Amino acid sequence: MKSLKAEASSLADPEEQLKIINHHSAIIEEIPDFADRLSDINLFPLKPTGIDIFQMNVGYMCNMTCKHCHVDAGPGRDEIMTKEIFQYCLDALDGSEIDTVDLTGGAPEMNPHFRWFVKEVSAMGKHVIVRSNLTILTTNKYNGLPVFFKKHGVEVTCSLPFYSKYRTDRQRGKGTYQKSVEALKALNKLGYGKEDTGLMLNLVYNPVGAFLPGDQTEIETQFKKELKRKHNVVFNELYTITNLPISRFLHFLLMSGNLDDYMEKLVQAFNPAAAEGVMCRNTISVGWDGTLYDCDFNQMLEMKISEHTVQHIRDFDEISLNNRDIRINQHCFGCTAGAGSSCGGATT
Amino acid sequence: MDESYYKTGDLKKFGNVREFQEKLGDKFFDYYGEVFEEGALTKREKALIALAVAHAVQCPYCIDAYTTESLETGASEEQMMEAVHVTTAIRGGASLVHGVQMMNKVKDLSI
Repeated sequence: MKSLKAEASSLADPEEQLKIINHHSAIIEEIPDFADRLSDINLFPLKPTGIDIFQMNVGYMCNMTCKHCHVDAGPGRDEIMTKEIFQYCLDALDGSEIDTVDLTGGAPEMNPHFRWFVKEVSAMGKHVIVRSNLTILTTNKYNGLPVFFKKHGVEVTCSLPFYSKYRTDRQRGKGTYQKSVEALKALNKLGYGKEDTGLMLNLVYNPVGAFLPGDQTEIETQFKKELKRKHNVVFNELYTITNLPISRFLHFLLMSGNLDDYMEKLVQAFNPAAAEGVMCRNTISVGWDGTLYDCDFNQMLEMKISEHTVQHIRDFDEISLNNRDIRINQHCFGCTAGAGSSCGGATT
Repeated sequence: MDESYYKTGDLKKFGNVREFQEKLGDKFFDYYGEVFEEGALTKREKALIALAVAHAVQCPYCIDAYTTESLETGASEEQMMEAVHVTTAIRGGASLVHGVQMMNKVKDLSI
């Protein structure tokens, strides 16, 4: 499988994606504006509650090409954060009270400055989360990373869409499940995911298809039971994440004829409590080139942060950013459906 | 007359049955909603039971709804297919157990 960009698909264009989720069919045309739903509950314009999480997308390069990827990441993507941009991030974090630095990609481990940055930022006393696809940790070049993570107290949050080979491999490619289990075992061996070690190992579950995630606690219970039973693998928490109708998941919805039903499902499941807790309210997203966004999804849609605040990490200004209006569009229904969805799982 | 008795879009209209009898419809849907709440059984377990029953009554709407519900509540393909095999075992068993009645009759009639 290739990225949409490599295939020169029209869906690689964020404008085309926004056009589809706003106007693709009569049913989609009838869907209320997300802004109106927020207005109904006095949340429009959507404002930040403060920056708790500093999320950095350090590049779109990845060793995998998953069917649902909202980044359209893959081996051929060459957008990579430079050391200069990393340094701007360190400058912004230095003296800031932001506690958590969340590293995502692509496969963030593939950035050549990854280890240097983790050392620097953890030495500042920041809590570092790395979003790992797991399979990268089984490759010769990167299989030493779990030890490095342990040394720097990095929290590892891994993608594992399901506790079965069938469903995991369908979404992420043949052989993924086996490699993921191998990586989880290596992490467990170091103490990750085990009680009282303080080494956090979390899993991210996202539905393998056009349906919503169910109750996070119940799915976590199932994962724990099945991974323990089948592989003697343990982990700390499971985060359920709803697939947003953008990029490759949007491509799947279109090709499978599920787009209208999926959009209707998201809208029908709109939950005011989830809207209160959306992650863009306490997160700032830094793009590979230093551009600022309200979240990683907006980043992929090239919806830059409000023009009334700073646009680039080199000009980081927390007060100004905390006063911005958060940019929204119809894809945001994905984060407000049901129990809510964020990089940290359900929000209610 | 429509081309087909079953239309996928009709599942979304299930609640419309209240249009012709609101009071009984309301009672049914209140009851239905409460049945599927988490209780002594989890939502996933109830979804799998519903999926098995859906196959027993061969209701395409129910199969559609409870396949989705099973997926959403975290059931695996293996669990879902095992549920359908439970249906099959019971349905098949229900026929086969009557073989005893047949055998009894054969023995009654035979020398």
